[in-house]
Formats: sequence, C-alpha cells, structure tokens
Amino acid sequence: MPEYTADEMMTIAAARMLKNGKSCFVGIGLPSAAANLARLTHAPDTVLIYESGCIGTKPSVLPLSIGDGELSETAETVVSIVEIFAYWLEGGRIDVGFLGAAQIDKFANINSTVIGDYDKPKTRLPGAGGAPAIAANCGEVLITLRQNKRAFVEKLDFRTSGGHIEGGDSRAKMRFPGKGPTAVITDLGILTPDPETKELTLTSLHPGVTVESVVAATEWKLQVAPELKTTPAPTELELSVLRDLQERTAKAHAGQA
Amino acid sequence: MAVILPLSEAIRDFVHDGDVVALEGFTHLIPFAAGHEIIRQKRRNLTLIRMTPDVIYDQLIGAGCASKLVFSWGGNPGVGSLHRLRDAVEKDWPVPLIIEEHEHAGMAAAYAAGASHLPFGVLRGYVGTELAGHTRVEFIECPFTGEKLAAVPAHRPDVTVIHAQKADRNGSVMMWGVVGAQKEAVLAAKRSIVTVEEIVDDLKAPPNAVILPSWVVGAVCEVKGGAFPSYAQGYYARNNAFYKQWDGIAKDRATFTAWIERHVMGTKNMEEFRKSIEVVHA
Repeated sequence: MPEYTADEMMTIAAARMLKNGKSCFVGIGLPSAAANLARLTHAPDTVLIYESGCIGTKPSVLPLSIGDGELSETAETVVSIVEIFAYWLEGGRIDVGFLGAAQIDKFANINSTVIGDYDKPKTRLPGAGGAPAIAANCGEVLITLRQNKRAFVEKLDFRTSGGHIEGGDSRAKMRFPGKGPTAVITDLGILTPDPETKELTLTSLHPGVTVESVVAATEWKLQVAPELKTTPAPTELELSVLRDLQERTAKAHAGQA
Repeated sequence: MAVILPLSEAIRDFVHDGDVVALEGFTHLIPFAAGHEIIRQKRRNLTLIRMTPDVIYDQLIGAGCASKLVFSWGGNPGVGSLHRLRDAVEKDWPVPLIIEEHEHAGMAAAYAAGASHLPFGVLRGYVGTELAGHTRVEFIECPFTGEKLAAVPAHRPDVTVIHAQKADRNGSVMMWGVVGAQKEAVLAAKRSIVTVEEIVDDLKAPPNAVILPSWVVGAVCEVKGGAFPSYAQGYYARNNAFYKQWDGIAKDRATFTAWIERHVMGTKNMEEFRKSIEVVHA
C-alpha cells in the first residue's frame, strides 16, 4: 500500500464525495483541491464554478485566489459577480457547494468571521464571502477542514453560514432553498448528519485512525455510528494525480517573483 | 464624456477627504496604482467599499486613509489574514476602523441596486447567518408571493475607481476576464476614475465588448501595469509571490510603515514603484 499523509487522505476522501456530472460551487483552499482532484479522476464531467464568475472551469494548477487568470482562461463562460450570485447561485442551479471553515459545530454550522466577541474580536477572520449563500442555496453542501478541538467546537463564536442550525427540523423551518450539509470530511474521518437529529456523527474512520483520537479532537461529545466504516485508503492513481497537481501548483505560484 | 487625465490629477480632483470610495476588482484588475496615489495624496476619513478588500486595502487602512470599511470578505487570497485590517479592527491602529460587513450576494445586490439608482437591492440572502444582526439588512415580504426576502441599501459611492485593459481616446472602456462588480460600481457612483493598461486609437471592439461607454465615465488614466501585483488578463499574470511576501511585510507595524514610506510615499508613480520593489522583492 502506498504511503500517504493525513492531509492527502482528507483531500482524496473529500474528492470522492463529489459525483460525476454535478455542478459544484467551489470554495478556495482545501475544497478547491478536492474538487479539482475529483475532476481529474472519477468526475471529468463535473462543472466547477468559482464565485469570481468562472463557470465550467478546468484549471491545470490550483488557483491561489478565487479569481486567478487560470480559472477564467479555462472556463466555459465568465460572468459578472452580480450574475454569478443572482442568476446562478440564488437561481438554484447548483447541485453541490464545497466549503471550508475555521470553526464548525455539531450541526455543521460554520464560522469564518471572528474568534472571540464580534465587536472586540480576539482574531478577525476574513469573513463570509460567498459562504452563507452557498450554504443556503446549493442542493447540498460538503465541508472539508482539519479536525481538532479549536475547530470542532461546542459553540461557535459566530455563525457565518447556516448548516442544520439547532438540529432536527430547525433548518427545514427556515427559508433555506437547499438541504444543507451532507458530509464533513476531515483528516481523521467522515462525519455525516444523523437523519433525525441532524447531529454530526462519525460514520467513517480513515485507515489507522482510532475512534478515541477523533473523539479527543472534538470539543463536543462526538456521536459514533454503531456500524463504523473504514475509509478506503488512497489508490496509487489518486495519490499520483493529487501530487502532480500540487507539484504543478507549487511551481506555478513560486515562479512569479 | 470622460476626460483623459494623469492619475495624480484624477485623484486630486475626484477623491476628497471623507468620501465614500469603492476601488473595485475581484482578484483581477485591482486598481493598485490608484490606491497608491490616494495614499501619496494623504486622503483621510474615507469610507472604503469593496467586496474583497485585499492587499491594496490593507495598505490604505495601514496608511490611515480609512475610517470605515464596507465589505464581505477581507483577506489576502490564498495566503491568510490582512494584518493591517486586523490591527485596525482589533487594536484601532493607526486609527479606529468601523466595519459594516455583508455577504457577497448582498454586496452584489447593493451594487446592482446602486447602478439602477434604486434605494435597495433584494435577494434571497442573510439566512442562517448571524451577520443579519450586525449589518444593514432588513427583511421584507414579496408583494406577489409573500416570500420573505432580504433588502440591502444600495451602494452609491461618491467615487468608484477601477482598472481595465483598454480605453479609446474618447474614454470608452473595454475589459474582459473576471469583471467582478466593476461595471455596477461605476454606474452606481457619482464620479469615477478608470485606469487602463493602454489608450488606443481604435478598440476594434466586437458588439458587447465595450463595458463602459465614454459618457458614463469620469476620468480615464493610462497606467501601464496599474493592477500590479494583481493581474490584467492579456497583459500580465498575477504576481502570487508578491501576495505571499506581503504577509511578512504587513505583519509588523514598523516594517509596514517603512515599506509604505520607501515604496509608495518615496515613489511618484507605478513605474517608479515597480523599480523600487524590484530591488527588494527580486
């Protein structure tokens, strides 16, 4: 079996969640790596959409910013910001939203705004960007981030984007067009919302990871599925495509000083 | 009809202390040269609007030009935080900065409303987010369906500043690639400045290609490389290495101030700025 890192496992597991032929609104960073890996492996007909207005983009290297030239040059079409949010996202045309986060809670609500108090923040984060609209309007939402107690918190410092709100049918009662988060993919495993309570439950463990370590990396008392699966290890192909992509990306971003 | 002016004169005549100013651009075509000129001319108490304040807003804020920021995502894309923005919000340095924070969809709707000279924009937004309790948004009922919708006040900047690829000698502007909310931001503003890579005799524009005809533009200034270290599609690529280096420059107040003094205050224009940083950033 090939050697791999926890980050590689996370990106590969996240990529596998994206089915071929879907339209996907992609956040920058980890989601962008996963979505492009999916496109370069099992999901060649996936339509990747970035909030800079690039629709159906096929970048050969990962973008550093959400509006890199690589994205517009390889896109089927490029539209204005007004259009991308109004006609495409709020118009209900996107199957999957792929997001990252600084903090997440047990109902998959996410924070990318502040750590600490909003008016006197300990750490001011970049803010919402397109995330609240992506979380609200896409058919479903995938979230990927590294799992630790600072990120997987009992209570968010700020709810930037709505997941399953307070669990149960609380999201369904609000005016959300989309059904919300369906999976959270981390460097340790995969969490999915319980069908009834909507509480995130550990349903798949990455190879070599223990349940105890995932529980210890979660501030709330993590629910564990009775029939816990093991995530299949990365294949040679997945790893080589991911590494090639990252190598091309590093070269491209370094060579412009 | 647009006037063709040197950038320093356009900033002097169009941007005043206390103005509401939008320097728009979504990663692409960021008006860096114009931002530097605002810093050189020491404008103060500006309300800055921008969907994605990045490095040029970090510089304007750190240089003390702004007292308020209206935005929806403030970071160094792909790199991390804007340290000068954070210092202003967290520690009031160099001056306190009031923030009015939105989501992108709300900012886009506010620009579209501004361009339409409507009082507010309407969208299916601000749902499930605590932002609604901290910003200017109200909820209204659709008079036809009863659906609950968000209303955001229109952006009507005193002046909008953008960078584009080309203009002709009358000042009609062409831009392409990621065009963000620049068209709406110009149409929403009372005054506007467009810096361009080049002014040409004939745009040879196919239908739909002229984004802003001359008669809706205030001033056009030819500034080659005016979006550096951002990019201008068809002219030069984004200098991702500079964005990465900015993190180290902006982290510390003294390093930042020395950088601004040397490379912005100590230079007269984009050409001199580029030469001065080549020595340091090569």
